[in-house]
Amino acid sequence: MPDSTAVGLHHEEQHHPELLHHFADPQQQRDASSLGMWVFLATEIMFFGGLFCAYLIYRRWYFGDFAAASKSIDMALGATNTAVLICSSLTVVLAVWAAQTARRTLLLASLAITMLLGLTFLGIKGVEYKQKFDEHHVPGASFSFDHEEIPGHPGQYANPAHAQIFFSLYFVMTGLHALHMIIGLGIFLWLFLAAWRGRFTPEYNTPIEIGGLYWHFVDIVWIYLFPLLYLIDRHA
Amino acid sequence: MSMEIAIPKPVERENYLNKEYGVWSWLLTTDHKRIALLYLISITFFFFIGGFFALLIRLELLTPAGDLVQADTYNKLFTQHGMVMIFFFLIPSIPAVLGNFLVPMMIGAKDLAFPRINLLSWYLYIIGGVMMLHCMLIGGVDTGWTFYAPFSTNFTNSNFIEAGLAIFVAGFSSILTGLNFVVTIHRMRAPGLTWSRLPLFIWAHYATSIIQLLGTPVIAVTIVLVAAERGLHLGIFDPKLGGDPLLFQHLFWFYSHPAVYIMILPAMGVVTEIIACFSRKRIFGYSFVAFSSIAIAVFGFLVWAHHMFVAGMSVYAALVFSFLSYAVALPSAIKVFNWTATLYKGSIHYDAPMLYAFGFLGLFTIGGLTGLFLAALGIDVHVTDTYFVVAHFHYIMVGGAVMGYLGGMHFWWPKISGRLYPEGWARLAALIVFIGFNLTFFPQFLLGYLGMPRRYYDYSHMPEFQVLNVLSTAGATVLGVGYLLPMVYFLWSMRYGKPASDNPWNAAGLEWKTASPPPTFNFDEEPIVTWEAYNYEELDAPHKQEVPVAR
Amino acid sequence: MSEHSSSSPLKMYFAVFFALLAGTGLTVFAATLDLGPFNAPVALTIATVKATLVALFFMHVWHASEKLTKLVVIGALFFLLLLLGLTMTDYATRPWS
Repeated sequence: MPDSTAVGLHHEEQHHPELLHHFADPQQQRDASSLGMWVFLATEIMFFGGLFCAYLIYRRWYFGDFAAASKSIDMALGATNTAVLICSSLTVVLAVWAAQTARRTLLLASLAITMLLGLTFLGIKGVEYKQKFDEHHVPGASFSFDHEEIPGHPGQYANPAHAQIFFSLYFVMTGLHALHMIIGLGIFLWLFLAAWRGRFTPEYNTPIEIGGLYWHFVDIVWIYLFPLLYLIDRHA
Repeated sequence: MSMEIAIPKPVERENYLNKEYGVWSWLLTTDHKRIALLYLISITFFFFIGGFFALLIRLELLTPAGDLVQADTYNKLFTQHGMVMIFFFLIPSIPAVLGNFLVPMMIGAKDLAFPRINLLSWYLYIIGGVMMLHCMLIGGVDTGWTFYAPFSTNFTNSNFIEAGLAIFVAGFSSILTGLNFVVTIHRMRAPGLTWSRLPLFIWAHYATSIIQLLGTPVIAVTIVLVAAERGLHLGIFDPKLGGDPLLFQHLFWFYSHPAVYIMILPAMGVVTEIIACFSRKRIFGYSFVAFSSIAIAVFGFLVWAHHMFVAGMSVYAALVFSFLSYAVALPSAIKVFNWTATLYKGSIHYDAPMLYAFGFLGLFTIGGLTGLFLAALGIDVHVTDTYFVVAHFHYIMVGGAVMGYLGGMHFWWPKISGRLYPEGWARLAALIVFIGFNLTFFPQFLLGYLGMPRRYYDYSHMPEFQVLNVLSTAGATVLGVGYLLPMVYFLWSMRYGKPASDNPWNAAGLEWKTASPPPTFNFDEEPIVTWEAYNYEELDAPHKQEVPVAR
Repeated sequence: MSEHSSSSPLKMYFAVFFALLAGTGLTVFAATLDLGPFNAPVALTIATVKATLVALFFMHVWHASEKLTKLVVIGALFFLLLLLGLTMTDYATRPWS
């Protein structure tokens, strides 16, 4: 970039190496990145919102069938996965804090544990999918959900067609959530490598902060998915 | 072209066009102005593809019999026309070309907040576009651009999944553009440029971005659901399982109605700039025009089910949506009245951009008012799925959005290219577009009201519709000429046009305070804004570049 | 963002963490009770409390963030409610279902 055009743009500021040319100062860059992630999360709310909308309508229509189908999912696996994600959210805030306070070991450890927890989540999810597959609860030609009682209504059987709608929603919602987890793992792998190279300092740690925002959001989605998919009418 | 104004032509100044050369300096650029030009080339390409389909549709309807193409082919023609024009031309047209070029310059920034994401969004657009092209080459899709379930999920034999994913990817591109604009407008404004000093073009793009951000994800997930149902045999909308196809329509229109405002709001922004400049007046009711943009963005989300009045939804809900649909007319009317009031006692110059703006005013008003017909439950039952609907939305999208786009292209062409376009030809083209447009689409109002259904390729049982159809096809030919002309003289002017001064229109706005074409980082010195928007009382009339045609 | 006393955020983080775990236990427990029509509202209330805790404290909406962040969150939730609510105007008033 020829200096003639740059004169007067950034006056006497010393340039932080991570400051991109079109920002006036690091604060502006940080604020832009953070707002960008929040706005992106707003779009994510609407993305999952479409699924919640479909869920809401069918659950109202086919409550009993949904309850029966929900009961066939292993609640313990779901609850464990909820706890796993909550733990990972804790390690994410620790990572952000470690980056802000220049604690390199804690930063690397937190990022690594976050990834491990993410992988654990996906592993448990895989076990759960395997169960559903073995039980022929995957929608499609070999789907079967015959003679499953509606909870609280002994002698009444769930309509397999409606249960298939539940399982379709179950697989789409948890599947898209898992896809977000995989993307999150990719982001955290990148963060880990960058942290390993010592790129983050108390002055510059925006990527960890906004990567963390994304991770927490994925956690929040799960916080809703767990009761909606696993805990319909469990008491009967 | 009498006097040669001596333009000092020393060594050409360095600008964003001549700074670097070579293919990679374009394909790997992060300069918002170069990305805008990449978008300009790509959307023009898709515009002509979509236009080609439109031409075939009009040729088929020239005669009552279905004699040019077969029924299946006709279904694919109107489907691909709609998909290409909406997702690959209209949605990105003004935001991704003019918005990309102008938003940072109008707010005194060096670039958008996320230049690399901006480039990524163009690549996503191209990936989506290539998928759509591939899909068309291997046979196309026949679902209609609305791809209603369960036809799209369970029945059509055409390759819907690829088309759906193409739209998904292009939608991601649209989201990223909106995200970039929102963050840029919030974070990158020059010192002194408060929200109440922003050009209304910026307000319009801000409102557009809100819709892109909140609406597009919903159609993205809808496409995922349709693709999963079609490809993986999940059952979400399938009536055989007790699913509800109307749910698809709800989710689809939650995006696709506001999407109309993604197309029209930026055009409104363009027209606001043009009207202020060529009336030499401050925009009447600045804050009303600004907030009506936001109001359109919000109200636009409240009206979607008016597309479903006869689809079997609850009549009570239909009543609510009918009422809300009237509400969205208010902010649009506020804009039209304020533009009109700006013209009043203005010193009006009839340059080509202004001709397009006039065209926009009239055609958008007709399109908007016929929208009210459709929002009224009783009339909607009569004209649903007729050519009345087709005419209505073409008045909004072509008469509104494309007129605004062309007006904006003429207005900012000197800034973009550094050259003046030939004014006489431009006025002629504006006139041809206006006449061709009305000749094409006004007969369609009549056809629809008389009962001609849309999406029929054969109307031989009602040959009395032929006269109006012939008029419409003739108009489409004229319109095609009108669209080709600007492309020819824009290209011509890049080489032979007279060099443009920094501010050929003597227009207000930061983008005119830098060189034409601008340097890579837009401004040689960071601007500090101390004036209100549209301070035309402080500016002279536009330079005359050519002896005007006799008035 | 602000780096005041370095131990206080840690305390807060762990407090929120245990609250979230407790909330998970509570929601599983509540699901096994017969609360009549209130099972779903209770489950959703607990989920919302947990989500709010994550947003406010882990995502720093409460402390370090400006009004604009709050506006983005509230705006997105508003449009989500529009989607759900206006769709329900149809489904809740269909005479045949």
